Amino acid sequence: MSEAIIRLENVNKWYGQFHVLRNINLNVAPSERIVICGPSGSGKSTMIRCINRLEEHQQGNIIVDGVELTNDLKQIEAIRRDVGMVFQHFNLFPHLTVLENLTLGPVWVLKKSKAEAEATAMKYLERVRIPDQALKYPGQLSGGQQQRVAIARSLCMSPKIMLFDEPTSALDPEMVKEVLDVMVRLAEESGMTMLCVTHEMGFARKVADRVIFMDKGEIIEENTPDAFFDNPQNERTKLFLSQILH
Amino acid sequence: MNQATATATELPPPRVHQGAIGWMRASLFSSPLNTLLTLLVAWLLLMVIPAMVEWLFIRADFSATTAQECRASGGACWAFIVEKHRLILFGVYPYDEQWRPLLATIILIAIIVCSCMRRFWKPWLGLLWIAALTLVGILMWGGVFGLTHVENDRWGGLPLTLILATFGIAAAFPFGLLLALGRRSHMPAVKAVCVIYIELIRGVPLISLLFMSSVMLPLFLPEGFSIDKLLRAQIALIMFAAAYIAETVRGGLQAIPAGQYEGADSLGLSYWQQMRKIILPQALKVVIPPLVGIFISLFKDTSLVVIIGIFDLTQAAKTAVADAAWRGFSAEAYLFIAFIYFIFCFSISRYSQSLERHLQTGHQR
Repeated sequence: MSEAIIRLENVNKWYGQFHVLRNINLNVAPSERIVICGPSGSGKSTMIRCINRLEEHQQGNIIVDGVELTNDLKQIEAIRRDVGMVFQHFNLFPHLTVLENLTLGPVWVLKKSKAEAEATAMKYLERVRIPDQALKYPGQLSGGQQQRVAIARSLCMSPKIMLFDEPTSALDPEMVKEVLDVMVRLAEESGMTMLCVTHEMGFARKVADRVIFMDKGEIIEENTPDAFFDNPQNERTKLFLSQILH
Repeated sequence: MNQATATATELPPPRVHQGAIGWMRASLFSSPLNTLLTLLVAWLLLMVIPAMVEWLFIRADFSATTAQECRASGGACWAFIVEKHRLILFGVYPYDEQWRPLLATIILIAIIVCSCMRRFWKPWLGLLWIAALTLVGILMWGGVFGLTHVENDRWGGLPLTLILATFGIAAAFPFGLLLALGRRSHMPAVKAVCVIYIELIRGVPLISLLFMSSVMLPLFLPEGFSIDKLLRAQIALIMFAAAYIAETVRGGLQAIPAGQYEGADSLGLSYWQQMRKIILPQALKVVIPPLVGIFISLFKDTSLVVIIGIFDLTQAAKTAVADAAWRGFSAEAYLFIAFIYFIFCFSISRYSQSLERHLQTGHQR
């Protein structure tokens, strides 16, 4: 798997005494779409947050697009330019308009002109179907709209990889679908490498190439969605699935 | 469920308007105790206000030429202010040259007012400031363009107060920002220096800082090397205010949720870009009220420079009161300068409120 765009090799991480990631090994091929699930506290968010260094791993290697993550700030910033992230709580900048949220990164990090950045921003706002909200502030939008803005904000950086950290779990139920629709379209149309922590099993079946199940900081099981849901191997996976599928 | 929504009609909200009598009954005479308090306050106001109005305006003398004449009227002697206003406003600046500090004051106030207006928030505002301050310097010091040279120990009154406050705020604010960021730094040395500075400065009163800058500092400086007295006072004011600004701004920084840093991180913004574009704009907005409080107290604290012999507005008023020919009008003099201080402080306060409204973007929790 030398062509892998993300490689995690024997990654370990502790929060104080708590061993949160245990010997994680994961290879992600370009354009691969992975859904990561597991019970609360299993380390799934921590793992994908290590990939763009929002969390620091303490042992093992993480190599993203050929660059190894170290303490070198320049390398971290370089990787973050190529890795977009969508958060559970959106993390939009409330003092800036939607358009300003979208152009901030391209203008300041990618050094694009303002006009060019705004054109790109409008293109992605169309894609997430809210171009008419461009001049509003995030506080004036619904949760679903805010999350779509957050997705567009990441896309404006033209990342090679997108990380989704429970993108729908802070949303009111009636807004989950509009966000998932955007994500499905993104997966189908762009060929972007996607890692998504979510419990939306319908989404996983529809777009994932691979489903990863984590528990207590370990990767317990990985498989294609159909095999994973219809024929889970591990006892803990079976238990988890029986709990979330009711 | 469906039936309930089908039959629900829109009702108007209950009437809240109750008229003057209803309002009085509700807020002034709602209980025996409130009635008693209302009557007591009304009696107090009745005793105080007419007497004050009489002293301030009706029996006041605006045109007397001597102190005796003024005293005879039994009211406030505003003629004293008319007589002494130039001493109070400009101190001992050479009498014939006092148009210069007047013009300097007007320029300073004008540039400050301009800076408060959003349509002037352009890159050239900095150039305007440089031009304005150069002009103020030329007017106050002179020595060029045929203006006679005036040493800065003869400066005084309102322009001096304004200069101390303007430079104090302008320098203490960025300094305080850096201290606040430094105190939250992950670099232990930077953090330690900032913590020590802030705690040391906050631990001593401003008066002692001013004393140290005027009495102790010269002892440590090499022979023949001296820093101007006014500059030393200015530095003490800046150092003092910066420590307080730093702690206030730090409070604002702590109010910013971690998600904002993560959002900025995930876009690949550098530390300074994050601070400038994401964190500080939000943190400063949160702390506008306490920050303006610090600015207002800095403005008033400039009056403490009297203790090291600098002739600011308060000292000028004291000197005017001490004139043997016009003894006994200290109330008028202090009311006059209080009024000047109030106008400035109240304007700052009102401006900060309008700024807060302006920066509201509908995300306040």
